[in-house]
Amino acid sequence: METAAEVVPPRTHYVNAKYGVKSWLLTTDHKRIALLYLASVTFFFFVGGFFAVLIRLELLTPQGDLVQAETYNRLFTMHGVVMIFFFLIPAIPAVLGNFLVPLMVGAKDLAFPRINLLSWYIYTLGATFTVIAILLGGVDTGWTFYTPYSSTYSNGNVILTGLGVFIVGFSSILTGLNFIVTIHTMRAPGLTWFRLPLFIWSHYATSLIMILGTPVIAVTILLLALERLAHIGIFDPALGGDPVLFQHLFWFYSHPAVYIMVLPAMGVISELVANMTRKNIFGYKFVAFASIAIAVFGFLVWGHHMFVSTQSVYAGMVFSILSYAVAIPSAVKVFNWTATLYKGSISYNTPMLYAFGFIGFFIIGGMTGLFLAALGVDIHVHDTYFVVAHFHYIMVGGTIMGYLGGLHYWWPKISGRMYPEGWARFAALVIFVGFNLTFFPQFLLGYMGMPRRYYAYPEEFQVLNVMSSAGASILGIGYLIPMIYLIWSMRYGPHASANPWGAFGLEWRTSSPPPTQNFEKTPVVTWEAYEFHPREEREALGVMDVLDRTLRPDLNVGDRG
Amino acid sequence: MATHAGLAHHFDDIEQQREAGTLGMWAFLVTEVMFFGGLFLAYILYRSKYPTEFAVASNSLNVTMGFINTLVLICSSLTMALAVYFSQIGNRRLITVFLLLTMVLGTTFLVVKGFEYHEKYVEHHVPVRFPTYEFKWEPHGSDHAGAHEASSLAVDTGRVEMFFWLYFAMTGVHALHMIIGLGILTTLVIMTRRGRFTPEYHSPVELSGLYWHFVDIVWIFLFPLLYLIGAHLHR
Repeated sequence: METAAEVVPPRTHYVNAKYGVKSWLLTTDHKRIALLYLASVTFFFFVGGFFAVLIRLELLTPQGDLVQAETYNRLFTMHGVVMIFFFLIPAIPAVLGNFLVPLMVGAKDLAFPRINLLSWYIYTLGATFTVIAILLGGVDTGWTFYTPYSSTYSNGNVILTGLGVFIVGFSSILTGLNFIVTIHTMRAPGLTWFRLPLFIWSHYATSLIMILGTPVIAVTILLLALERLAHIGIFDPALGGDPVLFQHLFWFYSHPAVYIMVLPAMGVISELVANMTRKNIFGYKFVAFASIAIAVFGFLVWGHHMFVSTQSVYAGMVFSILSYAVAIPSAVKVFNWTATLYKGSISYNTPMLYAFGFIGFFIIGGMTGLFLAALGVDIHVHDTYFVVAHFHYIMVGGTIMGYLGGLHYWWPKISGRMYPEGWARFAALVIFVGFNLTFFPQFLLGYMGMPRRYYAYPEEFQVLNVMSSAGASILGIGYLIPMIYLIWSMRYGPHASANPWGAFGLEWRTSSPPPTQNFEKTPVVTWEAYEFHPREEREALGVMDVLDRTLRPDLNVGDRG
Repeated sequence: MATHAGLAHHFDDIEQQREAGTLGMWAFLVTEVMFFGGLFLAYILYRSKYPTEFAVASNSLNVTMGFINTLVLICSSLTMALAVYFSQIGNRRLITVFLLLTMVLGTTFLVVKGFEYHEKYVEHHVPVRFPTYEFKWEPHGSDHAGAHEASSLAVDTGRVEMFFWLYFAMTGVHALHMIIGLGILTTLVIMTRRGRFTPEYHSPVELSGLYWHFVDIVWIFLFPLLYLIGAHLHR
């Protein structure tokens, strides 16, 4: 039963503005396109997860019993390709970013709505090629496509997969282009750069990497595919080519791509920490510029993937020092989030639980990144499970925690409904436990010398591998729970008010879900970012009961008994 | 503010729309620079690694055709700039004339390029290996001055092949951009005929002009890199 205050009169918003398949597939509304992306990346998350399940099952025992080497090579390659190019890179920018960037800057849409739709179609086209490649038996080169194996010897569907990755890159470029132009030219009156939410700053930095880095991977994969096709080329050492050139070109994109994955998550965490502690973020400008610094430095560190690839030792030293330099802006962010908590009015609700998870995992993932950036240590742990654990702490522990935290936080805005808080907290806990159990043992395995990408291993590694596989099954259940209750809440969840969190930011100053044109009237911004004045603000927003709701999230669903 | 037919629903005014379009095109051109950058990097790396083979292979290109194409493209940049100018002052007839002239010059470039590619095909300089067709490298006969010295140098065929591989990749991607450019110009001509452009609203012409100039500039870099550097060594 809903109380009178909760009854929302039927009104037109972006979801019910039009009906029919055509109104979705031909929409230029950034919010609908975000939902198209949401469906697509969720699908690929479970495809990638399926391969992960098979990998962990095989590694349950030291021998190869479920699959043999060749199949195993295909499994981890497809896991990497699908997860990185079709889930992690588009997840936050194309779903949350697409939905929120225009709302947060007070615009009616992104600058180029049709290009936005085009980017989804390009994504779908690239995805189709990759799915066909998977169905034809996949590819076995590892997601890095290293030459000359990929160009000459591999018998997998390298060209088809490469084509998929090549195409999907353009969707990423177009998204980045759209964000940059929107943030530059379409901010609401009064919304100066330093009044922007930090989510926007981090998406701006991400977009810079997208438009500068992605073309390089495109041309690299083009060269690789042509070389494989014509059996001639510049990466083939037999013809005087240099396979290390491929690694340079590949990592010139793929290292910054790590920041494409984690920077948007950092933007989400900044929003969560500020709004759930009801304080301005400590050192706003430092956090904002840290995003830009990470994007810039991120382009100068690719060589730390190649310490053992005949790169000159002097180049190695420079890349090592620059990699350490990236730790500075990253640490600035972590310290400032932590400092924001101090004397904050912290709500321990689901989004904040994910934010805490992110901060912890990011510290572990980031610190182990420094181990790998050290020339000497890297030679010991290069290509071991230590590397696998490190980047999963950043990508799964960082990006996916940020993505899920953001999805919960903005779910009332996206769907107009509240998710069940109790289940959500339970799922967050399951994910936290499952994640640590999966990936922490891998640090130990790697340090003891277990190489990555092997389907069999010596028996002394079995205990830790069983722990990891057990953790993975817990993690998998943890990911299924939100999937189920979020879909459930779209129909049965209690209606959300315009601003259920009492949060700051323009996206909360329009109804949930927003109308197609986002705002009834273009907002005029006269306040600073996260300018919390508890009492006055609540009065101004007319949400006097908000603080109680935030402190007692169970009240949000309490009306339903 | 008077609303304009060309104003999209999500912009406040035509000025904001123009700014967004201009910034978008510049950002797109930045991605294009990075895209070609990968190819240029590969070229520079191997040019410095295998200077002899690259110089010899480079000398077998048809400089005359390359030079003609350079002139054609520079002229097409001029006609494009004039088309933009006339769109700013709103002279519909002259916009159409200069757009069409630009298209003629662009097509000329592609035709000349086609003859060049054909020449390479006949000479077996296309770096592919099919049962019916194979790359072959023989030092040129007496029709090339200085061929004697060139042939006397020890030349690794694989590295020469690499030059041609890069030559076809770079000029091929460039030609693809020219073809896309011709498609854009066709659209512009149709839009002009329908009277879509006015002195207040002409950014499609202006932005397409930016694109066209960019493609020209890429050729301005390709021509000396592929045809001219090292030409003095064996002539």
